[in-house]
Amino acid sequence: MSFVYFIFIPMIATLLIPFLYKKVSGIHTGWFVLVVPVILLGLYTTLLPKVQHGETVTSSFDWIPSLNISFVSYIDGLSLLFSLLITGIGALVVLYSIFYLDKTREQLHNFYVYLMLFMTAMLGVVQSDHLISLYFFWELTSISSFLLIGYWYKRDRSRFGALKSMMITVFGGLMMLGGFVLLSIMGDTYSIRELIAIAPELANHEWFVWSLILVLLGAFTKSAQFPFYIWLPDAMEAPTPVSAYLHSATMVKAGLYLVARFTPIFASSEWWIWLVTGIGLLTLFWGSFFALKQTDLKGILAFSTVSQLGLIMSLLGAGAISFHTGVEDNSIFKYAAFAAIFHLINHATFKGCLFMIAGIIDHETGTRDIRKLGGLMSIMPITFTIAMIGSFSMAGLPPFNGFLSKEMFLTGMLSIPNFDFFAFDTWGILFPIIAWIASVFTFVYSFYFVFRTFTGKYKPDLLPKKAHEAPFGMLISPAILGLLVVAIFFIPNVIADVLIKPAVAAIQPYLYGSPEEIDIHVSAWHGWASPELWMTIGIIVIGFLLYWTLSKWQPMFEKFPKWFSLNRFYDKLMDLSETGTYRFSSLYMTGYMRSYLIYMFTAIVVLTISTVFIKDAFDISFATLAPIRFYELIISLVLVAGTITVLAAKSRLTSIIALGAVGYSVALFFVVFNAPDLALTQLVIETVSVALFLLAFYHLPKLNRHENRMKFRLGNALVALGVGVMVTIVALSAHSQKLVPSISSYYEETVYSEAGGGNIVNVILVDYRGFDTLFEIAVLSIASIGIIGMIRLRLSKKKEVNRIENK
Amino acid sequence: MKTNDVILQTTTKVIFFIIILFSIHIFFAGHYAPGGGFVGGLLTSSGIVLLLLAFDLKTVSNMLPINYTVMVSIGLLIALGTAAGSIFFNVPFFTHAFEYFTLPLLGKQSLHTAALFDAGVYLVVVGVTMTIIQSIGEDE
Repeated sequence: MSFVYFIFIPMIATLLIPFLYKKVSGIHTGWFVLVVPVILLGLYTTLLPKVQHGETVTSSFDWIPSLNISFVSYIDGLSLLFSLLITGIGALVVLYSIFYLDKTREQLHNFYVYLMLFMTAMLGVVQSDHLISLYFFWELTSISSFLLIGYWYKRDRSRFGALKSMMITVFGGLMMLGGFVLLSIMGDTYSIRELIAIAPELANHEWFVWSLILVLLGAFTKSAQFPFYIWLPDAMEAPTPVSAYLHSATMVKAGLYLVARFTPIFASSEWWIWLVTGIGLLTLFWGSFFALKQTDLKGILAFSTVSQLGLIMSLLGAGAISFHTGVEDNSIFKYAAFAAIFHLINHATFKGCLFMIAGIIDHETGTRDIRKLGGLMSIMPITFTIAMIGSFSMAGLPPFNGFLSKEMFLTGMLSIPNFDFFAFDTWGILFPIIAWIASVFTFVYSFYFVFRTFTGKYKPDLLPKKAHEAPFGMLISPAILGLLVVAIFFIPNVIADVLIKPAVAAIQPYLYGSPEEIDIHVSAWHGWASPELWMTIGIIVIGFLLYWTLSKWQPMFEKFPKWFSLNRFYDKLMDLSETGTYRFSSLYMTGYMRSYLIYMFTAIVVLTISTVFIKDAFDISFATLAPIRFYELIISLVLVAGTITVLAAKSRLTSIIALGAVGYSVALFFVVFNAPDLALTQLVIETVSVALFLLAFYHLPKLNRHENRMKFRLGNALVALGVGVMVTIVALSAHSQKLVPSISSYYEETVYSEAGGGNIVNVILVDYRGFDTLFEIAVLSIASIGIIGMIRLRLSKKKEVNRIENK
Repeated sequence: MKTNDVILQTTTKVIFFIIILFSIHIFFAGHYAPGGGFVGGLLTSSGIVLLLLAFDLKTVSNMLPINYTVMVSIGLLIALGTAAGSIFFNVPFFTHAFEYFTLPLLGKQSLHTAALFDAGVYLVVVGVTMTIIQSIGEDE
């Protein structure tokens, strides 16, 4: 089985979805779509036994062989874990969406097409071994995320959020592309595996740090790290299944995947460790702190996602420390990468579950505003139970999986001050402290989320709908995830053997040869003496106190100055780039054809003449010229006379007719010089364009009642003179020095044998230089569209002014 | 004021067909003798322009009920399709093919994919020219 083709299954399915939606309107389209992730999940599950023992599965097919670009699917522990998450959560989300999105009111075909597009993109990201195709899929996830956030495109907030996420993630993606290009130049390969193999050589390259920072920019924007996280809260305008899927379980983890995947290449650098750990921890703290400011359920979850992503990011950074210490030296560093993967799985389960709960509450009560909610416990008991499981796991309480990974996280952070490189032994003490404070806030917002919604006073008059328990189908997916949250707590070592260890082996190939060598055992109980236990107890106690007094200190968030925020900065930046570029371009875009012609002609004259002089190509010799014949002299005289008439004529009509005379005499020149094709074309063009001129003439503004001669303008005269001189110089110089033999002999030889034609001019047009012709007719078509736009669809002046003001 | 243009209209009725026939000839002759899609297309449009001069816009669009913008897109599609067709035979984009046939009455003739491409050019040129002239002419 060639696994590379499986990546494209969801994309191929998108072809069928619109037909199914239109033709089979009785059945919710989601049921058909559900088949895709379920089948894929099954297919990827079959790989588990193989990958568990450290084997990898590689398959590829060529995409653009001439540029050395191909799709390579490389499945190791890390890729497989992500693939399972994508298809597994994907299946649950599709199931959930069947009940969440109404089949009569929503445009389901759009939704599922975008969702399947995303699935292909995401599978491609986590399986690509080729840097360029990885980038291609990476941007595809941004685009499908844009489409999904803007799914309810009639809402302003949706469009704003979609654009914001796209702007930030695509910016990061482009930076990442730069990093990839640097890497491929340094390593002379596009393959990530080959780059990992030569990582020690890359580390000494002068561009190494540049590529590191650029790749990290890609990862940080995608994974919503500080200060790029601002797009994620706005992305919550997407339908809730999308938020659960893209913006908590999968897409935002693409950045984590990237960091994990590139750890073997960059781990040797102190930049890597400092940036990844530091930014991760800062994000963890920032997100958990500001989650308490939110009043929207999904807003709380968005900030909590930001914070949890920061947690995993910091663990991945700490995991890179083990590159410097080795296995035997200090065994606690090994835990970090393991904990990162473990928490990644746990986060996908409990956060996916919580998002679905938020969706249920929104769906059944009509609001997500936590100030209006309360007392839903007795009305929605099943929802409450699942929500509690998810939140307690997020808070890091036993017996839920979040407890285990939170303990390991604390272990990892506690070990950082022991690391005696890169100034970690002095500054490192900050890491466990910040981690602990952030964990306290995590505890508080978890409680805030679940207890403000489900306990307290029921306020039915504030709710737009009468609250009731969700339909059974909607509860299936969060219940499955909730079940996993509990199950993982009791069988962590099974999960570790099957999923985590193969992934860790892929992140830290310098430590382990195969997943079996990893001797980490997860246990819930470490004994009374372990500092992690006391830290957890501290978190619970302080967290509980803070939650108790929340209403006292929550108004403090309002004290933060509104103008000083990252969102504000983003808005200003967008504003500035819009008005700035508008101002800049209106400096020279006057709207008058004559100004543009002057720019163009001046540029041509200056460029060409200076090139001629710099290259010393100026050469005029009359030796090889044929004698001037009588006809030519007469035609030239007519030509000159016509041109002067154009300028000197009092009325426009005379000018147009004189211009026609100029054109026809040029055609006569072609006849005299034996160029029938050119002559024919010139004649017809002249005829048609005189007709056109006469038509346009009607529309030209009237200059004066008594038409005057054109005024003499020195600037225009200079430009005109310059163009004339330039063309003459080029023509004479080109004729005087022939450095290479003319290509016409090649045409003469091959026109019949190769192209099967007799008329060189036409064969050049359609065959030798067919590309030119193709683009020329394309330009012609664009021009005609432009003319239709300008004339037939012309907006009145008043309307146009309004349109600009609306921007 | 109604101008008397009987002579123009009568001659146009004859000359128009000559121009169109000539333009078709020019188009097909293109590969071996002077001509081709571009000139052919321009000639055809100049024929239609002659019609426009002799009669008014409305009469002409009744005579030739053609949507020229559609014509442009069909032309572009034909040109692009011919160019892209080659990739289905595993040769680079834009590789032309030709073959000689002996036909009854006409004798030895050649068939070119280049002629198909040229037909696309022809349609685009006629379409674009007429679109421009119509748009400007219709505008008050």
